[in-house]
Amino acid sequence: MSRLYERLSTAVLEGDAEKSPKLVQRALDNGLGPKEILDNGLVPGMNEVGVRFKRGDMFVPEVLMSADAMKEGLELLRPYLAAAGAKLIGKIVMGTVKGDLHDIGKNLVGMMCEGAGFEVINLGFNVEPEKFVEAIKEHQPDIVGMSALLTTTMRSMGYAIKAIEEAGLRDQVKIMIGGAPVDAPFADRIGADGYGSNGPAGADLAKQFVGA
Amino acid sequence: MTANLTTILSSKTKQVEIYRSRPTVMIGERINPTGRKKVLAALQAGDFDIVRQDAISQVAAGAVVLDVNAGVPGADEPALLKKLMQMVMEVTDVPLCIDTADPEALAAALSVYEGKPLVNSVNGEERALSAVLPLVKEYGAAVIALCMDDDGIPETPEKRLAVAGKIIERAGKLGIPPEDVVVDPLALTMGAESNAGRIALETTALVVKEFGVNVTMGASNISFGLPDRKYINSTFIAMAIHAGLTCPITNPMVSEVMLAVLAADLAMGRDEYAMNWIKAYRARNKK
Repeated sequence: MSRLYERLSTAVLEGDAEKSPKLVQRALDNGLGPKEILDNGLVPGMNEVGVRFKRGDMFVPEVLMSADAMKEGLELLRPYLAAAGAKLIGKIVMGTVKGDLHDIGKNLVGMMCEGAGFEVINLGFNVEPEKFVEAIKEHQPDIVGMSALLTTTMRSMGYAIKAIEEAGLRDQVKIMIGGAPVDAPFADRIGADGYGSNGPAGADLAKQFVGA
Repeated sequence: MTANLTTILSSKTKQVEIYRSRPTVMIGERINPTGRKKVLAALQAGDFDIVRQDAISQVAAGAVVLDVNAGVPGADEPALLKKLMQMVMEVTDVPLCIDTADPEALAAALSVYEGKPLVNSVNGEERALSAVLPLVKEYGAAVIALCMDDDGIPETPEKRLAVAGKIIERAGKLGIPPEDVVVDPLALTMGAESNAGRIALETTALVVKEFGVNVTMGASNISFGLPDRKYINSTFIAMAIHAGLTCPITNPMVSEVMLAVLAADLAMGRDEYAMNWIKAYRARNKK
């Protein structure tokens, strides 16, 4: 059985979006538990992607392909996970803030978080502060992620955090930020809970937040 | 094919003409804290030496225009932008490209600039058009037009051409002539969208054919997330020059990119007797 997990991890690592759902199906057919398939097959594959990306041995297009493979597998698995009452380790709402159209970095963080076992709700880019507020009300996430790639838009993150405070929702969520122009001191200054410098770092931070 | 238009930029003492049969005009991108944490930290600490050095070394490397961006979070952008521009004008005599998303900062910068700058940038969003174009007209500047609007960045060259057309038309209504609109077809990241390069190249060719305007591009985005970026950037810039790019915003200190531009100019018949190529060779080998 462990051989099947290993093949599933490899399919994710190699970004094979056709093979990954097939292997998930085979694992299910073999009577393996959905949570085990996630934890022992899909997640280790995506973790390894994070490690290699961080090390400079994998590149953005490959990570995107791996994320795709992960997603295809997860989609098939999701109803089984729900039926089994298995809980994902947490829920994250994320978006690139108002005025900013860059979303590759934010998507990478999202994929890494999915790979780490989170449910991720991606609000896209140019997200108004009120949109973050609405999304928190609607989805009740544990974590909110914000991204900005421009020095001219990074202050929008502060406005979004303020809007969340004013809506009385600040204590419900941890807020993490990222993007080329920002850093940990900036996160402190605008009242975020943490800063992640890249996809894997963002996922690590999210795991810390939920104590996983 | 529409005739190629000439965009004229100037500083107090120097004039630069951009048109398609002359060598490519390099706009130096480095005076910009975005994504450059060292510059950001220096500016936040009030240390401007790095700006002076960036200005001098980019011009020495072949930049003919310098982009100036003062997007430092928490700073008074109008004041900082003016200060950076003054600093750059003290150490170089090239025309400037004023790079800001804040109309207030743009107005402040335009009011102190002597000459005809390039404004970076306007796009097809209603809000941007109505905030930026009147300032461009008032100060007699030229302006970069990004091929995106309220609906985002179009996915096809034809739709990007339409956005460029809309901006050129709106500028025309205010009395800004098409030669003062420099179109940016938007070179996005190929690592996330394999067609991003092709779309930028095809948009460039369409825009040149339809309007004859000059074309700029931030040509480094294209390779984000990939290894050996300088080889991608230098190949892409040569292809874009063939498609009609006339004034890229890039880092002239990356020698691969600079060499690709010089070689492309030579191949396009814009370097008579290969004098620029030879001169650059001698300069490289003197050290």
